[in-house]
Amino acid sequence: MKRWILLFMLACAAGNARALEVFACEPEWAALVRELGGDAVSVQAATTAFQDPHRLQARPSLIARARQAQLLVCTGAELEVGWLPLLLRRAGNARIQPGMPGHFLAAEFVRRLEIPQRLDRSQGDVHPQGNPHLHLQPRNVARVARQLGERMAQVDGANATVYRQRTEQFLARWDSAVAGWESRAAALAGTRVVAHHRSFSYLADWLGLDVVATLETRPGVPPSGAHLASLLEQLTPAPPAAIILTPYENEKPARWLSERLQVPVLHLPFTVGGDEASVDLVSLYEQHLVLLEQLGS
Amino acid sequence: MKRVNSAALAATLALAGPEALAGDDIEQLRQMIDALRSDYEARISDLESRLAAAERSSQVARRAAAEAVDIAEESAIAAGGGQVAANAFNPGIGAVLVGRYADLDGGWESIPGFATEGELGPGEDGFSLGESEVNFKAAIDASFFGNLTLALEDEDGDTEVAVEEAWIQATSLPGGLTATAGRHFSGLGYLNGFHRHADDFSDRPLPYQAFFGGQYIGDGLQLRWLAPTALFLELGAELNWSSRFPATGEGASPDAWTLFGHVGGDIGSSHSWQLGLSYLDLEVTERAAGEDGEEAFSGDSALSGIDFVWKWAPQGNSALTHFKLQGEYFQRREDGLFGDRSYDGDQNGWYLQGVWQFQPRWRVGYRHDQVDSDNGVQFLGTALEDPDHRPERDSLMLDFSPSEFSRLRLQYTRDRVTGETQDQLVLQYLMSLGAHGAHKF
Repeated sequence: MKRWILLFMLACAAGNARALEVFACEPEWAALVRELGGDAVSVQAATTAFQDPHRLQARPSLIARARQAQLLVCTGAELEVGWLPLLLRRAGNARIQPGMPGHFLAAEFVRRLEIPQRLDRSQGDVHPQGNPHLHLQPRNVARVARQLGERMAQVDGANATVYRQRTEQFLARWDSAVAGWESRAAALAGTRVVAHHRSFSYLADWLGLDVVATLETRPGVPPSGAHLASLLEQLTPAPPAAIILTPYENEKPARWLSERLQVPVLHLPFTVGGDEASVDLVSLYEQHLVLLEQLGS
Repeated sequence: MKRVNSAALAATLALAGPEALAGDDIEQLRQMIDALRSDYEARISDLESRLAAAERSSQVARRAAAEAVDIAEESAIAAGGGQVAANAFNPGIGAVLVGRYADLDGGWESIPGFATEGELGPGEDGFSLGESEVNFKAAIDASFFGNLTLALEDEDGDTEVAVEEAWIQATSLPGGLTATAGRHFSGLGYLNGFHRHADDFSDRPLPYQAFFGGQYIGDGLQLRWLAPTALFLELGAELNWSSRFPATGEGASPDAWTLFGHVGGDIGSSHSWQLGLSYLDLEVTERAAGEDGEEAFSGDSALSGIDFVWKWAPQGNSALTHFKLQGEYFQRREDGLFGDRSYDGDQNGWYLQGVWQFQPRWRVGYRHDQVDSDNGVQFLGTALEDPDHRPERDSLMLDFSPSEFSRLRLQYTRDRVTGETQDQLVLQYLMSLGAHGAHKF
């Protein structure tokens, strides 16, 4: 009997010592959680860089994962509106419901671009709270990191000092990396690009890129032949430097236009895991700059 | 003053020749040069201190500017919200508009061998409005979520409003439990949990029509438990008091109970699957068959089913192309009285369908569905008379979705439900407006 009690207590202790279970909706937030939590967390991303975070389904494996999570880290601003509310209702997990400390949305802590003046689906799949692809602006990453580190400390008090310390370390590293990127950004300012979707608005805002057109007629509506033809006509007098794409976007419309305009299609990693070099947030940003710099040379 | 001093020195030097400089003069000059040097040193240190002050104030200004940006961003953020909600409005309100044109080659209203109730079959020829639906959903408070769906239908010139769903859900129960109360789509089977406008074909497969009148909707309680495992494992139970077909709902005790379980997961990043088992037990009282309902069934009805779905999308990215294969099999045993005759019947039915999105916005699909009955020879001339053919159909569909919120569909069905082959053609539109719909697996 005594042995059983001892075993039970050991099991409980092992349970307490377990890493903080984090459910991240996108790879960029999983990467940030890893930076701030190190070995104290166990995190998995619901989407990969090759999946459109708008279009996911609340599939069984994700529901099972959300059931176990102590902290949910997502973008918000309606990026996951199609699947996250349903996932949360199916998960039977009170800790990560909206309003709980375990429910963390990055969009709550940054200034969002492109907040629509008019809410009307004739404008496409518009998000009332602005463009949700907000992780490609370093100031946003820093702001989210500061808030997330504090939230992790709140949810997992036992490791609070670890999270706070790692957050400070990350921010120091991040600030010096950002200073380096910004010194290179001047050379990129004014580069004219065409994007598939409004996925790179924050990056363009930061680096001063000029997104002259999007291949989608309206957000979330796949490019039509007529729209591509009109883009060709519009862009022929002054072709852009490149057509930029995320790993999950359809390459076909971009190829069509690139062949006719004689400009390259540039695959940007977009998020962590989007190419071999982008293994964490710092290398992700570095890779975007390197790829864009190659355009000019 | 300083300028005058230097001018005076220059003038003295110019006027007096070097030979004219006496000892006194040299001493005087030295004093003047010393005065000048100390004067310049004072001016340089003055400039240096002014420069340092300017640098300090510019640093202060820069910090103030950064703080101002932060404050501006923070107030913009505070104004913006950022929550994941079904809609910026509370509650999320959505409406679904459905309409179609059909050429049915005769059509049908009941399935031979099955005593059913309610609207069955492919519907009316020509243009008709389908079920228009209005949905409200929102978190009620920190513990409950609520959902109301009203269906508007035209019935012989009158518009009828039906409550299709009206349920509340406790979302903050411990231990992976979720409880639902009210009128809800039962958790049995796979397709049963979906709204009909989310279906891949213009009507429900034959087993759903024969066994549930299209969809099994219960009034009662549902409890689901999700296992704390990496593999998705969900178990559920329901107690229902419904009076909709196939239930008849009378009395204080529940007339139906349901058990169901689902397992599911991913294989790599491109495949995901789900497998389910369900059981429905009904206590039926005087369930009329068909329009005239001259004979009714009373007794026990036990239905069990198995369902599966497998989805494929390259690297899990369903935006470009994806494929879905789903199938369900049900069998039912009914035991009791039909009219005044003893009745012990067996029925079964299944469907299998595949839908392929071959390029963005375009999908093509095929479905086979069929039902079988073995009710015994004593029911000749009634709704339970076993047909000498098997009611079955083969359907092909092609649909086009201009956006996530609209869909146009063309469906061809080779229909052998009545015994003679019908070629049916349906052209359908399904549009949703308002709150963003849920991407259910």
